[in-house]
Amino acid sequence: MFYREAGQFKSSYQADQAIFPIIQDRWFMAIVFVVAYLVIPLIADEYWFQAVLIPFYVFAIAAIGLNILTGYCGQVSLGSGAFMAVGAYATFKLVTGFPELNIIIAFLLSGLFAAAVGMIFGLPSLRIKGFYLAVATLAAQFFILWVFNKVAWFFNYNPSGFITAPPREVFGFLVSGPEAAPVTRYYVSLIFLTIFAFAAKNMARGHLGRAWMAIRDMDVAAEIIGIRPLHTKLLAFGISSFFCGVAGALYIFVWLGSAETEAFDLLNVSFPVLFMIIIGGLGSVLGSILGAGFITILPIFLTNAPPMVGIAISADFAKHLEEIIFGVMIIFFLIVEPAGFNRLWQIAKEKIRKWPFPY
Amino acid sequence: MEVLNTFFVAPFLDMGSDLIFLTEVIIGGMMAGIMYSLVALGFVLIYKASGVFNYAQGAMVLFAALTLVGLMERHVPLVLAIILTMGVMIGLAFLIERYMLRKLVNQAQIILFMAAIGLNFVFEGAGQIAWGSNVKKLDVGIPDKSFEFGGILLNSFDLFAACTAAILVAILALFFQKTPTGRALRAVADDHQAALAVGIPLNTIWVIVWSVAGFVALVAGIMWGGKAGVQFSLVLIALKALPVLILGGFESVPGAIIGGLLIGIFEKISEVYWGPAFGGAIEGWFAYMAALIFLMFRPQGLFGEKIIERV
Repeated sequence: MFYREAGQFKSSYQADQAIFPIIQDRWFMAIVFVVAYLVIPLIADEYWFQAVLIPFYVFAIAAIGLNILTGYCGQVSLGSGAFMAVGAYATFKLVTGFPELNIIIAFLLSGLFAAAVGMIFGLPSLRIKGFYLAVATLAAQFFILWVFNKVAWFFNYNPSGFITAPPREVFGFLVSGPEAAPVTRYYVSLIFLTIFAFAAKNMARGHLGRAWMAIRDMDVAAEIIGIRPLHTKLLAFGISSFFCGVAGALYIFVWLGSAETEAFDLLNVSFPVLFMIIIGGLGSVLGSILGAGFITILPIFLTNAPPMVGIAISADFAKHLEEIIFGVMIIFFLIVEPAGFNRLWQIAKEKIRKWPFPY
Repeated sequence: MEVLNTFFVAPFLDMGSDLIFLTEVIIGGMMAGIMYSLVALGFVLIYKASGVFNYAQGAMVLFAALTLVGLMERHVPLVLAIILTMGVMIGLAFLIERYMLRKLVNQAQIILFMAAIGLNFVFEGAGQIAWGSNVKKLDVGIPDKSFEFGGILLNSFDLFAACTAAILVAILALFFQKTPTGRALRAVADDHQAALAVGIPLNTIWVIVWSVAGFVALVAGIMWGGKAGVQFSLVLIALKALPVLILGGFESVPGAIIGGLLIGIFEKISEVYWGPAFGGAIEGWFAYMAALIFLMFRPQGLFGEKIIERV
């Protein structure tokens, strides 16, 4: 009744190709923005910022990045943690080497470093395909983290091996370092997420996205109709790693504050990010964000739910129980909706369109 | 020149100067490689028959070893404990088929891979809830002594593991080649739909394959657990098996064995001769890099099926 395109006539190509062509969608997005930018900062407390919202946004950026590579271009990668680490360590070197450099610029520059590294490790994708490639990207994961662990120059010869976010200001607001206010850091991650999500959405529906999807669906056929595989695949690796690199920089400088390579481990980062895009929906920007939310919030919920309803269990038992529930929920979700949240969202829209007379 | 020397000349000179030590290193590598093969074998069996890239194989090894140790701690005799554990693994195979594989038929491989990672979490959690998470000692009566043979130092436990692996592979080969079930398994591995069309029950086959993989996991669990103690880190040997898999080819049982041996030898040699030049701790990535470089020349691995692409 309320959500339908009837009566909305387009009189120009520009209007027809708008990113949200229906007015209800635009209203919905406006509400989402008002909630994210105005309402949440007013009502959320420090725990929510630090434990839920900031990691949610940071991982959403990484998930969008991986979704470009895996969802749109079809190259399964298990190395996203390593590319995030490249972003984080590059930022660390930049902000400590050039203290007067604006940290936002440092984030973007380190994204470029990550893109370069990603493209190098993307080269084998021309010959190696499918799961062989997935396992081969693990080489990047382990090798890069080993380098960051071994070469002391990367963590400025800090004896503990940690990299720590130094205090840096942008427009008079402290955005990184231990003194930075959670709300400022929240805004930084949110603004990055907004820009990156729109950029990804536009890339995906443009010429580049179509080339990626052609490669994903059948790379030989794509080659025959004139899409250059080298060019397209490497661009996917580069752009994906750029997103991951910036996300990795935010991960350390806006969220954690200090970390070592352990934080970018396969089990801590690469697998969860892959979960996010599968649960959210392959080949969908919205899906990446929803999946990131789900995977970030689920463990927190599982940890806090039993005490809330008054069941006292030992920490060790709770941890293992959490693992089981997490695993079961993943399998359950894959069985119920293998195409992810994005598909659920589309079904919901279809339902609303016909509501209340679904025939 | 200094760099060239440390990376390209000195290691080879070291190798040439002490041939007995080199042989020992190679044999040590082969022994380690056999252990990787045991895990990789489980991967290959399941991948061939159900198309699942079963990341949970490592967790299955842990689960089987934990169950075995838990039973033995309750004074169940060894043989009975092994039979009971096998029963548990078969039961699990049945549950996995009934509640996971059957519902995920015809999904993309990446979805199945994700489900396997989910399964990995379940196995990890369940094994540790049921049997506790502290390190346990598994003693199945295999002697762990070193002895000298023709001037070369050998370890009896390693030899035993190698023999076990050889026997296991022989049994599997016989099972696959000579029994009707084995033929059905090969048919399913070849072509699901054609196998269904000639009347092979796919669901039963899956249960059998996952049970066989459970059996392989149990053997691997006994070997690894006997060597390093049964503990959580057993899960991570799945990561050791992955380069073996891509080197040998996902679909090939001989590939898993030969790949394991090659990776084992390669890893040991690189660790001993190149490790100091790199500054140590290179075993985490060296096998992956080697497999990656190998794949550049042969994208389907050593024995994998040739990738034919049709438009």
